[in-house]
Amino acid sequence: MIFRKIFSFYYTGFRSMTVGKNLWVIILIKLFVLFAILRLFFFHDFLNSKFTSENDKSNYVIEQLTK
Amino acid sequence: MEHIDFSLVDWSRAQFALTAMYHWLFVPLTLGLSFIVAFMETLYVRTGNPEWKRITKFWMTIFGINFAIGVATGIILEFEFGTNWSNYSWFVGDIFGAPLAIEGIMAFFLESTFIAVMFFGWNKVSKKFHLLSTWLVAFGSNLSALWILVANAWMQNPVGMKFNPDTARNEMVNFWEVLFSPVAINKFLHTISSGYVLASVFVIGVSAWYLLKNREHLFAKRSIIVAAVFGLVTSLFVVLTGDGSARNMAQHQPMKFAAMENLYVGQQNAPLVAIGILKENVKEAAHKKQDFRFMIEIPNMLSYMAFLDPNAYVPGIQDLVHGNPEHQILSYKEKSEKGKIAITSLAEYKNAKKTGNDSLANAALVKFEENYKYFGYGYYEGRELHELVPSVPTTFYSFRVMVGLGFHFMLLFFVVLVLTLKDKIAKNKWVLYTALWSIPLAYIASELGWVVAEVGRQPWVIQDILPTIAAVSQLQPTSVQITFWMFFLIFTALLIAEIKIMTKQIKKGPGEDAPSNESASANN
Ligand code: HEM
Repeated sequence: MIFRKIFSFYYTGFRSMTVGKNLWVIILIKLFVLFAILRLFFFHDFLNSKFTSENDKSNYVIEQLTK
Repeated sequence: MEHIDFSLVDWSRAQFALTAMYHWLFVPLTLGLSFIVAFMETLYVRTGNPEWKRITKFWMTIFGINFAIGVATGIILEFEFGTNWSNYSWFVGDIFGAPLAIEGIMAFFLESTFIAVMFFGWNKVSKKFHLLSTWLVAFGSNLSALWILVANAWMQNPVGMKFNPDTARNEMVNFWEVLFSPVAINKFLHTISSGYVLASVFVIGVSAWYLLKNREHLFAKRSIIVAAVFGLVTSLFVVLTGDGSARNMAQHQPMKFAAMENLYVGQQNAPLVAIGILKENVKEAAHKKQDFRFMIEIPNMLSYMAFLDPNAYVPGIQDLVHGNPEHQILSYKEKSEKGKIAITSLAEYKNAKKTGNDSLANAALVKFEENYKYFGYGYYEGRELHELVPSVPTTFYSFRVMVGLGFHFMLLFFVVLVLTLKDKIAKNKWVLYTALWSIPLAYIASELGWVVAEVGRQPWVIQDILPTIAAVSQLQPTSVQITFWMFFLIFTALLIAEIKIMTKQIKKGPGEDAPSNESASANN
C-alpha cells in the first residue's frame, strides 16, 4: 500500500533523526508562539476587528486618508 | 492629517525594520545554500565518489538548521501589515494577498515532500530522484521569494494597478506589468543572487575554519572550490543587477538616488564618489547639507550609471525639493499642493456619491485623477519639506559599504579558488582568517542592501502615493512598543539557537559516512 509506504518513510525518517529532533522542538515552539500567542492576543487584523463589512472598511480608510 | 503621532509612526517603523532585518538573517543562506548543496550532490551522482556524498550531507544539515529556525519568521511581517499598517494593506488591495497565500501553500507542499526526500530519502529513493528533489527544493525556496519581492518592487514603482476611489483599493490592470517591471526583475535577481554570494562566503568561511584547525582537508578544499566558482559567477549577476537597480532608482526614485549619492545640487557630467567621508554643516533651514571631508571621485560616472550617458543631468536633493524649471522638475511645494487637491477631491467625491450628486462626483473624480500621482505629497502641505528627504548619511554609507564588500567577496572567491587549485590554501593563514571573518561581513552587506532600499525610500510606503504617516494604523504607541520588545526577545532567542546549533554541528564536522550508519547520519 502506497500510504503505508509514505507513512513509514516519514516515520522512520523522524525516528532516526538526531539534530532534527531539537529543530522540530524549536519549530513547534515557534509556531505556537506565533499563532497561539502573538496572532491570537497581539496581532488582530485592525480593520477586521473594527468592521464586518467591506463597505465599512473602505469608508473608514477613505476617512483616514482624507481627514 | 491634522494630528500625527510621530511616536506611533516611529515605533511602527522600528518594529517593521526589526522584524524584517531579523527575518533577513535567515533567508539569504537558505536561498544560496540550497543551490550549493544541489551542485555538490550533482557532483556526487556524476562521479559516484562517496566524499562528495559526505560533503553534500554536511551542508544539507547546515541548510536544514538554518531553514528550520528561519521558517515562518516572515509570517510576522504579514501580521504587521494587517495590524500596524492596515491603511496600507487595504489601499494596496487583494493583489498581493492571494498570490502570497498560493505561494505559501506551494512552499508547504514542496517543503513537506521534497525536503523530506532530501533528508530522509538517502538509500530509500533512487539517486536520481533524490538529486531531483534537492534541485526542486533549491528552485522552490528561491521562487517563494518571488512574490514578496514583486510586492516590494511595486511599492517602489507602483505600475500595472489602478486605484479605485469607491473602495480605496488598488486593482490589477496589467499583471505582467507588475511582474515584469524592470524594478521587480532587478530586485528579485539582485536579492537572490546576493543570497548566493552570502552562502558562498559562508561555505568558504566555515571550510577555512576547518583548515585553520587542521581538520577535514579534502572536505574543506572541495567545498571551497564549489562555493568559490558559484560565488564568482553569481557575483557578476550581483554587480549587473545592482547596477540595473541603481538605474531604475535614478528614474523612479530620484530622491533616493540623490540621497544615496549625497548630491545636493544637480549637475551634468556628474561624477561618482567612490569613497567619501561626509561633513555636516547646516546651510539651509529646510534641511542639512552634507559636504565631503574627503572623497575620491570618478568623473562623469554618476551620469553614466544613472542614464547610460556621461553628459546626462542628474538632479540633486535641492532641485527635487525646490524644483528646477529648466529640467522640468516640480518643487515639492507644487507637488504637495497638487497632492492636497487629490486628497480633498477624493473626500468630495465620496461625499457627493453619498448624497447622490453625480455631476459633483464626476467633477471631483476628474480632479482626483489629474492629481493622483502626487497624492502622497498632499500630506506634507504646510509641513516641513525636509520630512521628504531620507537620511543622506545612512543611505550614502550603506550603499558604499555594500558595494565595497561586493568587490571584496569577488576578490576573496578568486584568491581562494586559485590557492585551492594550486593546493596552497592551507598554508595561507591570513587568507583563511579573512575568509572566516568575511562571514559576518556578508550578512552586513546583505542587511545594508535593505537599508539602502528601504531607508532611501522614506517617507514613502508606496512611492509618491502613500507616506508612512498615512499608512499606519491608529493604535496606541505603547502597544506597538510592547510587541517591538516581544519580537526582539523572540528573534534574539532564535538567533542564539541558530548560532549555537550551527556551531555545534560545525565543530562536530561532517563525520563518517560508513554504509552501515548511512541512513541515520543522513537525518542529522
Ligand atoms: C557590487 C555591487 C553592488 C551594487 C552596484 C549594488 C546595488 C544595489 C542597489 C542600487 C540597491 C538598492 C535597490 C533599490 O533601492 O531598489 C541594492 C539593494 C540590495 N543589495 Fe546590493 N549592490 C551590490 C552588491 C551587493 C552585495 C554584495 C550584497 C549582499 C551580499 C547586496 C545585497 C543587497 C540587498 C539584499 C538589497 C535589497 C534588495 C533590493 O533592493 O534589491 N548587494 N543593491
